[in-house]
Amino acid sequence: MDLLLIFIGAAVVNNFVLSYFLGICPFIGVSGRLSSAVSMGMATTFVLVMTAMVTWVLQAYVLGPLRLEYLQTVAFILVVASLVQFVEMVIRKTSPPLYRALGIFLPLITTNCAILGLALFIQLRGYGFVQSVVFGLGAGVGFTLALCLMAGIREELDLADVPGPLRGAGITLLVAGTMALAFMGFAGMI
Amino acid sequence: MKARVSARQEVLKGLWDQNPVFRQLLGMCPTLAVTVTALNGVAMGAAVVFVLVCSNLMISLVRKWIPGQVRIAAYIVIIATFVTVVDLTMKARFPELSSSLGAFIPLIVVNCIILGRAEAFASKNGPWRSVLDAVGMGLGFTFGLTFLGSLREVLGSGTLFGVTVLPSWEPWVVMILPAGGFLTLGLILGGVNLITRTVEARRRRAVVEASRVTARIAVTGIAPGSPARGEA
Repeated sequence: MDLLLIFIGAAVVNNFVLSYFLGICPFIGVSGRLSSAVSMGMATTFVLVMTAMVTWVLQAYVLGPLRLEYLQTVAFILVVASLVQFVEMVIRKTSPPLYRALGIFLPLITTNCAILGLALFIQLRGYGFVQSVVFGLGAGVGFTLALCLMAGIREELDLADVPGPLRGAGITLLVAGTMALAFMGFAGMI
Repeated sequence: MKARVSARQEVLKGLWDQNPVFRQLLGMCPTLAVTVTALNGVAMGAAVVFVLVCSNLMISLVRKWIPGQVRIAAYIVIIATFVTVVDLTMKARFPELSSSLGAFIPLIVVNCIILGRAEAFASKNGPWRSVLDAVGMGLGFTFGLTFLGSLREVLGSGTLFGVTVLPSWEPWVVMILPAGGFLTLGLILGGVNLITRTVEARRRRAVVEASRVTARIAVTGIAPGSPARGEA
């Protein structure tokens, strides 16, 4: 039950994109087409779950016992960067079609603040290992959901008559604002 | 003289022409997340200025010794070091501010502005120009954050830097909620685009006007307004 709450909390109630503003850059940059949004969401979810596992182990068995907490930021970002590199190599070896689909998006994930944010949130809230993994999964699902919804809306928006100065990023942000308002409706769930 | 002019341009370009918030849309996450109050905007901006100046300086100093393949990793380690300095300093000196900015101080590491300037500018230019570029970009970012933060604070709670400016104002609570951040920035971007377009259209009209005049002089040999013929 506790795990379910963490999952739903991260996926919809406190959606990473729409209420914590994490991962806005890909949210605006890659939400033009639905197919690329799905790929990006899947890759990000995968890296989020992996990061949750690795940074939790690193904090619990290396940084904590050795009293190296001040190295947290540096250590975590290095973990994220090497994880992304590793994931890229594994996918290239095992599944070339998936690699071609995700190819350009993978390196971008390093600078997605949702990943580092997840690692920091896990430390702030003192989650256990299983809780961290579920939290990572929930965050990934929430990110994918927001990205896909936005991509669907933007595909329709191409046909709409948007006032000139608002075209592009402006209208995207306004749509995101409306979506954030809608997601506030989930606040009563927990 | 020429060097001084270009040095000034180096700083000024970050304030408007290439403003990271309004024109390049970089560093959106902290921009939207912390700008609930104007003070938060200023504090976040100051932290980014410090990290940007230090990392740009450091990277431009060591740029010739970093092999191309590992440069991004090297930049990130340099940036993360300065971010840790800021984070620990703020925790010790300004605990309140630090807790209201929360995880967004350590998240400066993945702020695209800083890595972007490192890659696009500091890795190709000398230390002096890199620092100027960092100051300009940092101030542009601070300006954007403070503007957004002031707007949201005034409309959302009727205060500015904690001082009441709109006494009998029914606060628009939505402005300090996440949705308000998206909506405000979206409208500001629209406004900025409108201003740029108007200015550009006016400039283009002026250029067309000028070229028409030169063309006429070339054809007729008469400048407009000269009383030589009754044609005008």
